[in-house]
Amino acid sequence: MEPLDQELDEAELEMPTEPMLLNVGPAHPAMHGTVRCVMELSGEVIEHVDVQVGYLHRGFEKMCERGTWTQVFPYVDRCNYVSPMLNNVGFALACEKMLGVTVPERCQWYRMILGELARMSDHLTCDGAMAMELGAFTPFLWMIKAREMIWDLLEEETGARLTHSFGRVGGMASPPTENLKDNARAVTKHILTVVDEVEKLLLGNRIFLDRLEGIGVISQADAVSLGWTGPCLRASGIAYDVRKASPYLKYDEVDFDVPVGTTSDCFDRFMVRLAEMRQSARIIEQACQRMADKGSVNIDDPRIMLPPKQEVYNTIEGTIQHFKIVMEGLKLPAGEVYSYSEGGNGELGFYLVSDGSGTPYRVRIRPPCFLITAGLERVITGAMMADVVPSFGSLNMIGGECDR
Amino acid sequence: MSKALIDLIKKNFGAAVLETHSLYGDDTVVVEASAWREVARFLRDSPQVSMDMLTDFTAVDFPEREPRFEIVAHFYSLSKGHRLRLKTRTGDAEGDDAEVDSLCEFWASANWMEREVFDMFGVVFKNHPDLRRILMYPEFEGHPLRKDYPADKIQPLMAYRDVPNIEKVAPFSVDEGMSFGRQTHARNSDDDSRVN
Repeated sequence: MEPLDQELDEAELEMPTEPMLLNVGPAHPAMHGTVRCVMELSGEVIEHVDVQVGYLHRGFEKMCERGTWTQVFPYVDRCNYVSPMLNNVGFALACEKMLGVTVPERCQWYRMILGELARMSDHLTCDGAMAMELGAFTPFLWMIKAREMIWDLLEEETGARLTHSFGRVGGMASPPTENLKDNARAVTKHILTVVDEVEKLLLGNRIFLDRLEGIGVISQADAVSLGWTGPCLRASGIAYDVRKASPYLKYDEVDFDVPVGTTSDCFDRFMVRLAEMRQSARIIEQACQRMADKGSVNIDDPRIMLPPKQEVYNTIEGTIQHFKIVMEGLKLPAGEVYSYSEGGNGELGFYLVSDGSGTPYRVRIRPPCFLITAGLERVITGAMMADVVPSFGSLNMIGGECDR
Repeated sequence: MSKALIDLIKKNFGAAVLETHSLYGDDTVVVEASAWREVARFLRDSPQVSMDMLTDFTAVDFPEREPRFEIVAHFYSLSKGHRLRLKTRTGDAEGDDAEVDSLCEFWASANWMEREVFDMFGVVFKNHPDLRRILMYPEFEGHPLRKDYPADKIQPLMAYRDVPNIEKVAPFSVDEGMSFGRQTHARNSDDDSRVN
């Protein structure tokens, strides 16, 4: 946006001016998570900004060092709480990389379906909230309603709407329900309708476009140097997607495109997310076609998987096996591993250090939006105060993941 | 995977390389702390390596080892598509003297991640433009991710910061208005003056 007083010549002003210190956050409606921006304003232009995070720090990495490997799942749920399934799967993949096991094909497809649904809910939230902050409340409500359908599906599958804790090392907590495929198809169909409708509502709106186009631009070199990944990096024209660059699960067997932007502004970030939802729908459809209806979702290894409850209650072997895994914890071989997958916001990495006991020695979660929030300073310095809202919204900072 | 990468670093920094391995397919090079900055510069600038992204940066505390901290950086090259883990070791048994060069001048992402390592482990990064706590508040005592920091440690309550032109007093007394508050800690604290 252009300043209202652009016609005025500074020299004609009689009143002396001095920079104004403005504090936004940590609990401001336009700051999604809890983040504080201390800005030095000259008129409406931001001269300097200090972005302060940490208000949602709960010490997950410290807490992980006290339990067993399996007990880490609830913590990763609460990192990116808009797409917890992706975090669950990411952590399970890291442990499985260390154990050198691969889950059965059926489980891989299952994880992909749930993961892509979670990605859709992440993008729906981000784009919806972004539109709402710019005054478009209807798309927000529609998108949140669509997100609610995803969460209903996930509730049916996992028993929890939001913090599923559904991943397990070597499989999932329970096999897919009978209705999974029908439900997933119905939900994706509805979401695609919502995406189309939202596009029609917003992309013909001059106010909305004016507030996004050419705002919050970051150069490609800066985005790479800042370690941006995910939709924010792709909006700057770099087609880096972990699902394509180093495929995990069955992503190399499905057909999907990586949408990229050109100008790296807020509008591109908005559009990349919309386009990614369509690609997620494609992946879900292919996964639904290829996932077997019968078969185990868990690997068959008594050292890793809990025995079926029937055996635990009726046989001594089952009881002992259950006891060992629950009390001593799953044993991961000593060593270190870095495993990465595509989270809702970009490369979600887990750097695990194990000393061979049942307790994690160090669990480092590489949060994509910590680095993206680090770039906020570059994005909004020199911009107008009003541009902070769409810029910040388009970065999709998730407090829980950023601060852990 | 890319054994060539490890060999290349060994060839260029033979004396500074302490250890290499490719456990679970993650190529790892451990270098001397004194060579940290030069190796990082080589990783970014060498056309065969061209690590344009510092994806992750963290530390691990091994209190029984000397040097105590392992600084761990993960690099990714967008153009070449390869990854590398670079590690170094620093700090004595007490956790003092933990000091390595900052990589901020090479990758902008190092800024916040080094601040986080400083905050959580107390490792100091030389020539860092803005080294202060990031997840914790400035008055926080200790470094929470060190192994000798008890997970149930209670931090002292802080008085309101002295901000000029703001007339504000704490709304509650020491116990935050709750009989079960942190008053026991405040009573035992040597430094009562810090508590309102």
